[in-house]
Order: sequence, then C-alpha cells, then structure tokens
Amino acid sequence: MLIPALAVAALFGAAYMAFAVGHRTPARVAIGAGAATVGAAAPPLALGQCTFGAESTSVDHVLTYALMAGGAWLALIVTRAVFDSRDGKSEAAGSSMGGEIRSGGFRLGWWVPWALLAPTLAILAVFLYTPAVQTFTLSTKLARLGAPRTVDVCLTNFSELLIQDPFKLVLYPLLAIGAVYGARFWIRRTEPGTWNHRFAEVASVGAMLSVFVALYAIFSPGGDGTVKYRPVYVNTVIISVGIVAFGMIAGLAVAYLAFQKVKGATMYRTLLIWPYAISPAVAGILFFMLLDPTAGIISNGLKEWFGIRMPNYRESAILAQAAIIMASGWKILGYNVLFYLAGLQTVSVDQVEAAVLDGASPWQRFVHIVLPALSPITFFLLVTNLTYAFFEVFATIDYMTKGAPAGATSVSIYEIIRVGVDNGDLGRGAAQSVLLFAAVIAVTLWQFRTSGKRVSYGGG
Amino acid sequence: MAGLSAGVTRKGLIRGREWPIHVLLIVTILVVGFPVLYAALISTQTNGEVFSFQLTPGSALASNFNDVWVVRDFGTNMWNSTQQAIYVTIGKTILSLMAGLAFVYFKFRGKWIVFFFVLVTLMMPTEVMILAMFRLVSGFGWQDTMLALTVPFLASATGAFLFRQHFANMPVELLEAAQIDGATPLQFLRRVLVPLSWNVIGALAVIQFVYTWNMYLWPRLIIRQQSSQVVQVGLQTLQNIDGGLTYGPLMLAAIIASIPPVIVFILLQKPFMSGFALGQEK
Repeated sequence: MLIPALAVAALFGAAYMAFAVGHRTPARVAIGAGAATVGAAAPPLALGQCTFGAESTSVDHVLTYALMAGGAWLALIVTRAVFDSRDGKSEAAGSSMGGEIRSGGFRLGWWVPWALLAPTLAILAVFLYTPAVQTFTLSTKLARLGAPRTVDVCLTNFSELLIQDPFKLVLYPLLAIGAVYGARFWIRRTEPGTWNHRFAEVASVGAMLSVFVALYAIFSPGGDGTVKYRPVYVNTVIISVGIVAFGMIAGLAVAYLAFQKVKGATMYRTLLIWPYAISPAVAGILFFMLLDPTAGIISNGLKEWFGIRMPNYRESAILAQAAIIMASGWKILGYNVLFYLAGLQTVSVDQVEAAVLDGASPWQRFVHIVLPALSPITFFLLVTNLTYAFFEVFATIDYMTKGAPAGATSVSIYEIIRVGVDNGDLGRGAAQSVLLFAAVIAVTLWQFRTSGKRVSYGGG
Repeated sequence: MAGLSAGVTRKGLIRGREWPIHVLLIVTILVVGFPVLYAALISTQTNGEVFSFQLTPGSALASNFNDVWVVRDFGTNMWNSTQQAIYVTIGKTILSLMAGLAFVYFKFRGKWIVFFFVLVTLMMPTEVMILAMFRLVSGFGWQDTMLALTVPFLASATGAFLFRQHFANMPVELLEAAQIDGATPLQFLRRVLVPLSWNVIGALAVIQFVYTWNMYLWPRLIIRQQSSQVVQVGLQTLQNIDGGLTYGPLMLAAIIASIPPVIVFILLQKPFMSGFALGQEK
C-alpha cells in the first residue's frame, strides 16, 4: 500500500519540477522527485504506519492518502521556493526574509546576538512550538484530562468527524480543488477587461465557494459512531462571516464619516475608537443586558412603545447567532475604524478633486477612488477580523449564550473547550484543534500569497 | 484660478456644509456608546427598578458597589489583572527590544533560521494549541499562579518584528557614532535606540496591555481559585449573586473592569496612532 503511493508521489514530483519553468535540469527534477517522496512518506511514518494496520477502515486510508498528498505538495512548494531564491527570481527572498545585513554591526563575540535572542527563542520554543507539536500527538490518542496514561487510536479522532463514505470523501474535495485550479487557469488564459475574463472572475468566486460546500459535504452530520461536526462547521462559517462583514462595513462607514475634517475631529475620532479597549467578555455582558428578554431595554422598549413581543434570542438559533455577531461586530468596530482612518490618509486628495471637477458623484468617488486605495488595509483587516472571529469570540459566547440553543452558537473554538476541558476528552479536542489550526494556516498562506500581488492596484 | 476651483477646498472627501456631519458624528458616537451608557444606567438600579423599565438613575449605586467590591471581593481580581498586564507589557517590550537589536545590528550564522523560527509563530495562535498548553503548564505545577498568566506571553513575533522594522529604518550613523564612543550593545539600546523609539514602544504597550487585560480563555482554564482569578473571568461570579441574577452589580463590575484599558488607551493614544502611522509607512 505504502510503496506504490510513494512511487506515484515521486513521479508527480519529477513531473512538477519538469513543468516548472527554469527547473528543468535533470538534477533538479530528481531532487523534486526525492522531495515529493520524503514529503509523502513523512505522515504515515510519523503515525507509525498505523493507518495500514488491521483495524484501519477505508476512511482511514483516504485520510492517509490525503495527508501524503499534502506532505508531497508542501515539500514541492518548499523545494521550488528554495530553487527560485537561488536563481534570484524572488526579490523578497533577498531583502525581507534574511533580515537586514547592516554594513557595520557590532563585532563582538558570536554569542552576543544569541544571548539577546535567547529569552525570546526559549519562550517561543517552550510555550508555542512544544504545545503545537503536542497538539498533533494528542490528536492521535485517547487522552483524558488529568490522567497521565494515553492510548494510541491512530486517526480515529479525525475520521469520526467525517462522513463514512470513502467515495464521496475523495470526490467532493477533488471537485472543489479542480474548480479552483480550473478557474485560475481560465483567468490566466483570458485578457483582462474582456467579458470572458469577467466570467472567469465570477467563476473563481464560485470555485472558492465550492471549497466551503465540499467541506460542508464531508463533515459528519452525526450518527453511526461519528461526531456531529457539520453543525459546528456551519456555525463557525456563519458567525465568522457575519462578524467580519458587519465589523468591516460598519467600520468603513464610521471611519469615512470620522475622516471628514470638521472642527473637533480628533475628539470625535477618540470617541469612536475607544471600544477597541473593551474586552470580548465585557462586550458579551453588555449585549447580554441589552438583549435580555425580560429586563433588557430592547425587548422592554419594543413592548412598551410598539407593543411588539421580542422572542427570546437564547431560544432561537438565528437570533442567538445574530446576537453574537452584533456584540462581536460592535467590539471590533473601534479597531476597524482606527485602521480605516489610517488608510484614508493615503487616499490621494488630488485624485478626489480631479473627480469632483469631472462631475463624479460622491458615491462614484467613493467606489472608484477611495475603495481601491483602501484595498491593502481592507485585506489586512479581513485577516485580523477573521482571526478575531475564530478565537476571541469565545468570551462573548461564554457570557451570552454558552453555545445554546442546542449548540447553535457553539463555534469551533467553543467546541474544542467543551470537548477537551468540560468533557475532559483531550484527544478529540486536540483533533478539532488541528482542524482549526489548518484553517488558520490556510488563511495566513492566502494572506501571504495575495498581499504580494493584486491587492494594491489604483490609488498609487 | 480662484474662479476655477470655486467650492473645491481641501477639506476632505465629502464636501458641503459642516453641521450635518457634526450631527451624524454625534449620533454615531451615541449609538456606538449606547451599550456602555445603558450599562452605566443599570449599574445604579436594583433588580426591581430594572424590571420596571425605569430609564432614570436608580437608588442602588452604593449597594451595588458594596456587592461588587466588598461581598465579591472584585478588588482582588482587579489587582491580579493589573499585575498580569503590567508584567506582560514590560517583559514583552524588553524582550522584543533585545530581539530587534540582535536582528538589525548583528551579523551571525543562522540568522535566517532564527528569523523563520520567529516568523512561523505568527501563524500559531495560542488558542489552537490551548489544550496541549493547558496540559503542559499544569505539568509544571503552575496552576493558580501568576507565572502561568505571564511567562508564556512574554515573547512575541509581532513585537520583535515591529522593533526590527523600526530599527532598520534608522540612520546607520547612529551605530557608527556609538561604536566610536565604545558603547556596548545594551548601552546603545538604552541611550540611543529607546529614546528614539518611544512612539513604537507606546503603540506596542497599548496593544499588549489591552490584549493581556482582556485575555479570557487561558485564565479561565488555568486559574481555578477565585482569589487568583483575573477580572474578565471573575465577572462570571457576578452573573450569579445570592442564587439569582442581579443586573446592577454585574453591569457595575463590567464597567469597572473596562476602566484600566480605556485609560491606558486614552493616555497613550498619541504614540499609539503615530506608531501605527509609522508601521503603515513602509
């Protein structure tokens, strides 16, 4: 089972290197084949080949091959980046990655810079790298909180989060990946500005959405010995997208208003940014009060003044999610206003004035001049807000709904704590942590890829 | 020229009369501030006044304060949070300054490996490894101690890279002059770099203080004793006083818990803003 898979990986690696322009020397093709083999072999070896044991299911096999493909792909990306930087193709490799090499610099013992870095490196190694590695180890174990002994369970903690149909498990992700790469190919093949290109852009948005749909389809809806993970995924997507959309649109609107140079602008800005300093926990408490079904001003106000009875938000899935989105969006508003204000300083006043002379309406000026100039900041905020929505939302949920009703506000991080700490099932919690980890890494890599390219056109 | 640009003055991106903008701004400020203003109102009321939907200040501010500060001993939680936030802010600033110094003013073998070692931690949020970290730190026997609340957070890639970028933009002559004077790296840091970095230090201090003060998940897991708990988690006990939910004390405590970070933010607002402007410059 393992050997043929590795052979496929080696062939794939060789082909990838052969097609990558500038890497066509035999030595590099061979290195590509080797890197792909090593990358593919690493996951099963790290797991002690347990996935090929007698107790493994076909879902375990699918997972293992997916991990091997991922390992090979990662190894090839790294190899290619190394070759590119050797060829001097990527400018970033020289200037930003190595750090500044100053002309002078202190000429003291070799240990001096290491002594300066030692505390930082030690803390990162002990409190970030060690738990990161342990999260992966724990995720393959049956481990109870407080019990020192653990039992190996191979990939069970992961496979029980998925549907138990190996065929669909392979098909849906492959379709999504095919859609993403197909759309990218189409975009590259068409001229910008043509209708064909615009269709391709629409298709690439659709392809991105298909990734979310494929994930929805492969997460287990519960039953037959599996864990109900699909609702957690859906809640996480709804609440994250809601917080990011609400926080950023409101943030931009408020920042645009506060940017107007009127008397006392500095005062106004401070009064709009300060919720930045409020904690997610306090945000939860404040909205807990506002929306309280018996004591809160909103339900009482609606009843007294309009005769409307507000349903209890803690009993309706949609209202509970909306309440979490409102509280979190309010809390992150100050942060977004702050960064959009900084971004608005970079909008060229001359361009705006030229547009005024050309008779552009305020809305046209906003869409065609201001928004493009803000795109780097928008992208930065998209990533930071998404991180907020993944993690910091925990405190807000803990004070407002505690995951209720029926788990409708139990997002990924909340579920990790519920399973890992409240139920004391560290292994299962760690497996869910690994999924969240993968999501964070995907977002970060997407940020690195995109921030280099296309984000800052227009606005100078 | 004057005739050509009539009505086009360098005011901003929207033009026209000023007063509608003032009105809009004030309304926005009130809407944004409403949850806190409402909490302030509730914090003066008894439960009876809350339920009767009274919109004027109530009669119970003093007794609510007594509930929060004396009965629930909220002051201890405030003190724990203060200690934690101050230790982490100071420690992180110092370690980040040292790392920035090493990255910019030294040549050494393996620098790029160290750089990547630090860079990669940007995609490793504590939360995704919180279960393993909980197990690890409990294994150290640090449960219910200030060590658990501070030591793991003393180093950060953000801080190290912020100072690295800031130092890299400084003139080389500073270093040459210091070397002629025979200054050691730490003297150079203290006498030259730090005085030129107050904006960045201030910006980082605000971020770190607010981040640490607002931390919730980690203390909720690692601190079990109420007397060692920080303020964000300590608020939980106020959701339940005398077997029932009393809104007044909870709102009062939420407001008290927000005062220190808001004060730090307002005091350090100037360096915070300019430190960020500097970060955006590149």
